[in-house]
Amino acid sequence: MPVSDETPVDLAPVLESFPSLEVEKGTGALITQPALVLEVVQFLRDDPRYRLDYLSNVTGIDYLATVRKEKRVNEEGKTEIVKIDEPPRMDVVYHFYSMSEKRGLVTLKQRITDRDRPVATSLMPLFRSAEFQEREVYDLFGIDFQGHLDLRRLLMWEEFEDFPMRRDYVEPDDYEYEPTPHGEVLEKAKTHAGLGEGGSEE
Amino acid sequence: MTMESSVVAGSEPTVEPRGFELIEREGLETNLLEVSMGPHHPSTHGVFRMDVKLDGETVTELRPVFGYLHRNHEKLAEDMGYLGSMPFTDRLDYFCSMTNNWAYALAGEKMIDLEVPERAEYVRVIMAELTRLVNHIMLVGFFVNDLGALGTPLLYALREREKILDLFEWASGARMMCNYMRFGGLRNDLPEGWLTKCREVVDAFPYFLDEYEKLLVENEIILVRTQNVGVLKPELAINAGITGPMLRASGVNYDLRKVDAYGVYDRFPFRVPMGEVGDCYDRFMVRILEMRESIKILRQAMDELPEGPIMGEAPRVFKPPAGEIYGRIEGPKGELGFYLVSDGTAKPYRYRVRPPSLVNLTVLEDLCLGHKVADAVVILGSVDIVLGEVDR
Repeated sequence: MPVSDETPVDLAPVLESFPSLEVEKGTGALITQPALVLEVVQFLRDDPRYRLDYLSNVTGIDYLATVRKEKRVNEEGKTEIVKIDEPPRMDVVYHFYSMSEKRGLVTLKQRITDRDRPVATSLMPLFRSAEFQEREVYDLFGIDFQGHLDLRRLLMWEEFEDFPMRRDYVEPDDYEYEPTPHGEVLEKAKTHAGLGEGGSEE
Repeated sequence: MTMESSVVAGSEPTVEPRGFELIEREGLETNLLEVSMGPHHPSTHGVFRMDVKLDGETVTELRPVFGYLHRNHEKLAEDMGYLGSMPFTDRLDYFCSMTNNWAYALAGEKMIDLEVPERAEYVRVIMAELTRLVNHIMLVGFFVNDLGALGTPLLYALREREKILDLFEWASGARMMCNYMRFGGLRNDLPEGWLTKCREVVDAFPYFLDEYEKLLVENEIILVRTQNVGVLKPELAINAGITGPMLRASGVNYDLRKVDAYGVYDRFPFRVPMGEVGDCYDRFMVRILEMRESIKILRQAMDELPEGPIMGEAPRVFKPPAGEIYGRIEGPKGELGFYLVSDGTAKPYRYRVRPPSLVNLTVLEDLCLGHKVADAVVILGSVDIVLGEVDR
């Protein structure tokens, strides 16, 4: 019994047209720089070999700097474990299908290398379905989408400052903390403590 | 003298009423009226707000505001094991917990290539189609409620829904938060006698639908209020990622039960109802027609339900290899997808829900522009949202 029978999509034509694209090992996702993404997506949407007219899902992934261990065979023919430094990065992931041709799935990732100031290119000029989903990615990951017409927070409130889906996010001690006079008043009350007790003894 | 006794009971007023001049329309300053509909407006079906700008009664701008029910479902799921999120998916779209379970289970099964036994697949189909009945009957009930048929038709819908919820409770232990499916199958088999009862409910359902249709479908108020209101063109619908009955009402034949044929859906012959105009009436009718198709699927699934195990060879600890997967099903509201990224540990590195309700709201402004504010309520009702899923 098939778990799923999605039609596999041949990636050769798009790789031919855009030689700078990479295919991620293991997942088969296309990886592109933010500067190129609009052209690639327009190609995928309009080329008759693809016609990926349906952008289903948009999301982000945050990767902190890590050390990855990989088994490799060295020159002497022995396997050894190599440590590879992975720089921090952020990915914006898009899942495309074709409604007219019943094809899918093509995964496209915008790779953002500058994690401190992540800037991506918005797909809103090509796909309306990116509108809310990219706003959500902006809201939760803090990725700035260039070319988005209405980039505001979607789920969190506007005064919220942090980006909760980032891996290094630290929860505040008290979400609802507001500076009130009560703290100061209580401090002041402590200095009168002796007087208060004396008063009650009378 | 005459001035003072100007009003005497039983007598004519002696003072001439002062003439009121009509204020000239020209030069009168008019302004757009900003109305904040929600978050506690009854027509928004939850805590959802529409910031509407009105010119008289006509909508000139509409901005949906979300987040009142946000609890960062995705972050919470990334902090616990894979199976730990299964009961939490019930709370996404709380009318359709069974299909939420299935979508998540399907994504997990794709990750480790887990095979699901045949009986479990059939029971999943039965549960999913019952859920579709529940969802659509509730939608129709609330929809006519928004149109002004207060209470009565909605309560008929609730009555029928209750019979199906009883079935869910009997099988899974809970009416709404079912938590019934697992990676590789189901939590428990159907109880003794469940199928007989289910058959009774399903056999009675078409009679209820006939009655309901007779009551509503040709009702003049419903026709006037919904036809040619909120027309969604198919090109825009595809571009905006609209899925589910809303897309099919615009005349696009795209049903994941046919396209992906996940589970055992390729074994059931059923038709995909589609609309022609893409207005509120089509969206309303597509749901009614879909219920009739669901009943067909249900009957066949119950007839063919095989005996056998209900759980595949699932690992004791769910620990998929590094990689990523996107699994999706045709939920009652549209494409419900789960995108899981694993780094090889027992917790998902990234867990993403693709919410059909949120994406379907993308075109809300386009549908409402130029219509009266009362139509905005109807259009929102025809989109079919559940805020637990929109806000997550």
